Amino acid sequence: MFQSIVSYGLAVGAVYALIGITYNVMFSASRVFSFTAGMLGMLGGVLGALFINKMGMNAILAFVLVLGCGAVLGLVTEILTVRPVLKSIEQHLYVLSTLAFALMVQQVTAIEWGTEAQPFPTLLPAGEGWLDQKFWLPMLACAFTIGGLEFLYRKTLIGRAFLAIAEDSYAARALGLPETRLRMASYALAGMIGALAGFTGAQMLLAYFGNQAILNFYGFVPVALGGMGSNRGAVIGGLALGLFQQAANFLVGGIFAAVAVFAVFIVVLLLRPEGLAGAATARRV
Amino acid sequence: MTDTTASAAARATGSGWLGKLEGKISWILLGLVGVALPLLDDSYIGVIAQRAYIYWVLSAGLNLVVGYAGQIAIGWVSMLTLGAYTTAALAAGRVGPEWNSYLALIAGGVMGAAFGVIVGLPALRLRTFYFAMTTLGFATIVTQVALAWKDITGGGVGTPGPVFSWPFEPGWGFYYFCFILAAVSTWITANIGSSRYGRALVAIRDAEVAAEASGIAKPRLLMLVFLLAGAMGGIAGGLFASLQSYITPDAFTFEMSVLFFIGILIGGRGSILGPALGTIILTALPEFAAPLVQWSTFLYASLLLLIVLVIPGGIADLLDYKNRRPLEQHREIVPRPELLARVLGEQRGETLITLKGIALHFGGVKAIDGLDLEIRGGEVHGLIGPNGSGKTTTLNVISGYYRPHNGTLKLDGVDLPFEQPHLRAERGIARTFQTPRLVGAASVLENVMIGGMVQGRATFTEAMLNLPRHRRDEKEMTEAAMLALSTVGLEGLAHVRADRLQHSELRFVEIARALMLQPACLMLDEPAAGLSADEIIRLGGLIKAVSRAGTAVLLVEHHADLIFDICDRVTVLNLGKVLAAGTPAEIRSHREVVSAYLGA
Repeated sequence: MFQSIVSYGLAVGAVYALIGITYNVMFSASRVFSFTAGMLGMLGGVLGALFINKMGMNAILAFVLVLGCGAVLGLVTEILTVRPVLKSIEQHLYVLSTLAFALMVQQVTAIEWGTEAQPFPTLLPAGEGWLDQKFWLPMLACAFTIGGLEFLYRKTLIGRAFLAIAEDSYAARALGLPETRLRMASYALAGMIGALAGFTGAQMLLAYFGNQAILNFYGFVPVALGGMGSNRGAVIGGLALGLFQQAANFLVGGIFAAVAVFAVFIVVLLLRPEGLAGAATARRV
Repeated sequence: MTDTTASAAARATGSGWLGKLEGKISWILLGLVGVALPLLDDSYIGVIAQRAYIYWVLSAGLNLVVGYAGQIAIGWVSMLTLGAYTTAALAAGRVGPEWNSYLALIAGGVMGAAFGVIVGLPALRLRTFYFAMTTLGFATIVTQVALAWKDITGGGVGTPGPVFSWPFEPGWGFYYFCFILAAVSTWITANIGSSRYGRALVAIRDAEVAAEASGIAKPRLLMLVFLLAGAMGGIAGGLFASLQSYITPDAFTFEMSVLFFIGILIGGRGSILGPALGTIILTALPEFAAPLVQWSTFLYASLLLLIVLVIPGGIADLLDYKNRRPLEQHREIVPRPELLARVLGEQRGETLITLKGIALHFGGVKAIDGLDLEIRGGEVHGLIGPNGSGKTTTLNVISGYYRPHNGTLKLDGVDLPFEQPHLRAERGIARTFQTPRLVGAASVLENVMIGGMVQGRATFTEAMLNLPRHRRDEKEMTEAAMLALSTVGLEGLAHVRADRLQHSELRFVEIARALMLQPACLMLDEPAAGLSADEIIRLGGLIKAVSRAGTAVLLVEHHADLIFDICDRVTVLNLGKVLAAGTPAEIRSHREVVSAYLGA
């Protein structure tokens, strides 16, 4: 029991963490929380199964194609739903444009792919028990992503430009940074990360259109806990959430595990709205 | 003079019975169609209509949350689910003995109310997206629980819905049950919408800071609204379970949430009729386009995208022909200070606000650094200084937006608690803002009435049921607001949407709103910014008259002429400290002030 709590918990936690990072990358570039994060995760699984199982592609080609699709969807999200609302971001309603887009994609998936969960192929001929690839693949993806992002943001010029936009887009524009192009690049990157989460996690979560809603929420919990924009917070929060959820599943059963996660989420947000590691908010008047 | 204000007030309450009828005619027509529909004796249409009524019971409540208060409660289908399963499980005897269906329905409403509050709690502290996500997560989890908790819900197999006995037995009896409940939902939410609570909700949505300054306690009000919307969702759920006759978790798709939501958005925020029409149309639409059923979620979602991007105002905006009539081009604001005696009423005696040693820093920046200040009733106290010298910060400390790190703040010798801006209004402290904070979508009159929030006596329930005390409140508040508008010279624009006004007019609307409080202390933050020279002179006359009526006025301003014209006392700030204080004449000849601020 302990083994499966830890291995499954950490693995599913890594998927949540990756979705959390997807939220963060989009948020940093635009100050918009996009509801498309869960959609990207769902599609990572569905498209992977489609390419490999239905179209008989080899795993590596399918992987690259899935990431490509994620990037394209990221770009579409930016152009169609984010850019038009940036000016009116203070108005409450505009939160919904990304949700509308995500729902449209989900519905197309439900119709074209079906509403049944379908199996995702084994990618590598290796691993059993503790070492089952369905557990370590998402963890590896998560480690690779967080490492890659740290490198990008801290060591490369373009990464610093991303940070500048996130910090103060107005000033960054004044310095001559191509804000729009950087924002599009961020959304493409986020699309790839989300698709990566879905692709690597799909042996556990299956290729299922309903994963969108689940990943949207459980992927947001780490962001809320770790403080928005903080990728490290998202990883810690995601892994903790996975373990907590899995332990609760075993100890008190599925119903109460879901309720327990939701209760923790609300209580933490009520006590620390800015997240466990976040900073206080700015002045209003 | 009295005559003009009286007739203006009459115009404000609607032009007689004809005007009232015009507003109600759509409802009367809808009601007649609803009552007469059984004559068609078409049970298929009957079922569609019942579904529309049930959805509207939920949407009417949700409309207060989304359309009025502007809270993005996207997962409200969870209330429907909770109410449906509570009613069904109790009526079927899955929990203890079998309940009477009507009692079970009430239990469903109570369940919805309880969870409405729980889900609503985060809205008090969280930003928009977080709250949207919370309701979404809650909807996901309720469905998961419904699937897993087989003893109560029957899991994926489902459970039978309740059957109501005479007089609302299945068929047309149940039809009238749904119709009556939908009508009642319309009536109570329309009452709230047009009451001071409705105006307060819209103020929270579009001008939260000003709402607080007008004494609106956001947490309490939002909780009441979430409670009501939850209860209505729960009752709709019980009805829905009965209509479906058998419920499974699949019946409560997220698609329904989207339907409720866009029904409201299509209709238009802050309207009741628009969302009602929106809900009816969206419910009926897939029925008449059978091949589209599979694609209905897709259609709803694209509709949502379209509304958000293209017509955020909804149908209500498109139909608002009155607000497209052009306004007179060259309007003059001519305040009538002589009306002030009636606006301000009996004065509360000598007001005295004392600040001692107030210090406040943002990080390493000292915004105010040991400030002493006295503001007395009957005087205009000018607060001047270069940008960043701490003028607005001082004002924000007094009105409770900032908590200073040091010092004392007293009103008439009694400590005034730091923070808690919504408690300032009942102590008679009113203010305006550097950038006018008004509800653009509401009329000028409604904006001014927001300032009278704390004077209303009717409770939320009284407003909901349109009881006499509430009607008296409304009449008095309308008259007071018209009087305040006449005083600042804007009574002619009372029924115009506030976002159509010129900048200078907005400043005077803010003053009228502040006057509604009959303030003991009025704080004005750069009221002359953006005004023409003539307007500044008239503004000066008005401010001076307010102070002469006994009110303490604190004036933050950059226009030196205005300051020296009307102030009895001037304090000059520099880098958060008092550089000089005294009469205008003393300040004008103060060497440091002249060199640092006024120029040669």
